[in-house]
Amino acid sequence: MTDRTRLPVFRVLLASVLALALVFSLAACASQPDAATDAPEGEVGDSATEPTRIILASTTSTQDSGLFDDLIPAFEAAYPEYAVEVIAVGTGEALEMGRNKDADVLLVHAKADEETFVAEGYGAERRDVCYNDFVFVGAEGDPAGIGAAADLNASMTAIASGKAPYVSRGDDSGTHKKEKKLFEAAGIQPAGDWYLVSGQGMGETLKIASEKQGYTLSDRATYLSMREALDLAIVREGDAGLLNQYGVIPVTDARNPDGAQAFMDWVTSAEGQAVIGAYGVEKFGAPLFFPNAE
Amino acid sequence: MQIFADALRDGIAAFSQGTIDVWGIVWTSLQTSGTAVFFSLFLGIPAGFFLGTRRFIGRRLLITIANTGMGLPPVAVGLIVAMTLSRRGPLGDLDLLYTRPAMVIAQVIIALPIVAAVTAAAVGAVPREVRLQARSLGASRIHEAILTLAEARLGLVAAVAAGFGQIISEVGAVTMVGGNLEGSTRVMTTAIVQFTRMGKYGPALALSGVLLGLIFLVNVLLAVGQHSADRFERG
Repeated sequence: MTDRTRLPVFRVLLASVLALALVFSLAACASQPDAATDAPEGEVGDSATEPTRIILASTTSTQDSGLFDDLIPAFEAAYPEYAVEVIAVGTGEALEMGRNKDADVLLVHAKADEETFVAEGYGAERRDVCYNDFVFVGAEGDPAGIGAAADLNASMTAIASGKAPYVSRGDDSGTHKKEKKLFEAAGIQPAGDWYLVSGQGMGETLKIASEKQGYTLSDRATYLSMREALDLAIVREGDAGLLNQYGVIPVTDARNPDGAQAFMDWVTSAEGQAVIGAYGVEKFGAPLFFPNAE
Repeated sequence: MQIFADALRDGIAAFSQGTIDVWGIVWTSLQTSGTAVFFSLFLGIPAGFFLGTRRFIGRRLLITIANTGMGLPPVAVGLIVAMTLSRRGPLGDLDLLYTRPAMVIAQVIIALPIVAAVTAAAVGAVPREVRLQARSLGASRIHEAILTLAEARLGLVAAVAAGFGQIISEVGAVTMVGGNLEGSTRVMTTAIVQFTRMGKYGPALALSGVLLGLIFLVNVLLAVGQHSADRFERG
């Protein structure tokens, strides 16, 4: 008796489990062809609408200047098939990213290192793009008299007098390398209580100089774009020794060599050069970068 | 894996040749975070004890605030402390921005809610009867508190470990208020960021190893301390 009454219950259960399994497998079968037809459509859609990525390694000072906010959209408008991602690091890491092939193209400003990078085979070629200039900024009133000094060497000696702190980037960046060269040319080994080393980007270093009311060497663009937030004034500018040359290098065997080539060609073209030369005119009343591609 | 092998070799070379003042950086980290943990415990344990044991209006709200504080974004703390201490800020006259005291201030603000919340949870878990019995046996309020805290010591150890671990590994706030100045406010985390930015993966990786080892060591010391306290009690 008990067997007879229980058996149907068991059968009903089994049947419903099987039915459920059937429904699921049917659903799976039904969705399978959909997925198969979707995939190629998706690929077509990707290449038509979604641009391929170009990774541009550049420096924090270039990023901080705001140039990329104009330059990248203009490039992407000219080449809608590419989307540029900017990674802003120190020149040292930008070059290291190139060596590790983590970037497709570099836009940096340390000419000697860039030439070594290309000579070692990590980059196909290097082209000049533009230059901007460095300025010495410091507390209003220039307590050490850097501006009044006869030449750059005399300015460096005045800084080393220690009347006010000097904040160094100390990060092997293009700006730090320029500072080292200037001290070296004046025969000075910077050290002492007045010589502070931030190890950080231009923006942070300017803020530290402002808080400590000290001097620092900055590219003009970063200083101008931040000057509202700083209690610092330009105390020396215009010397030939304060020029800062930018170069572009496509990385050898990068993920997106075509994109890198297109970017280099465009920034050195008349169109790209015009965008660079126009940047900053509206906001600061003067260009920040001077295009000089050949 | 070549990248790790190369970095490791470079890092060991940088350490052994003394090209980088590693121990100065480690010492600065220990001094600032140690001072900050001390102040956090000094303020956070009484606050946590109060929150965990007393019944009063708004207690739930305060506990929720302390728990929110455990997830306080360090960068937000860094920003507010930096703005407050800036020359143009309300406390600009103190000339504290980009100094060690500024880092300690930021770290105390980050660690305090953690210490308070963990303490509150720990003392809250101590049976009410323990405290009532202590009072009935004539213990003063101070004695009662010490007894409760002793019962909750496992939680207090967790509070120290959590607070210290959080602030010694934190980088956003200490960069903003310390400035990573060589020889004064450069700590392990800011130095790691700097070396990475400069492409010097070797020293960055080596310092990360020291940082990990240090946090491990602190936890081991706390665990050992806890264990011997237990044995002392049982023996």
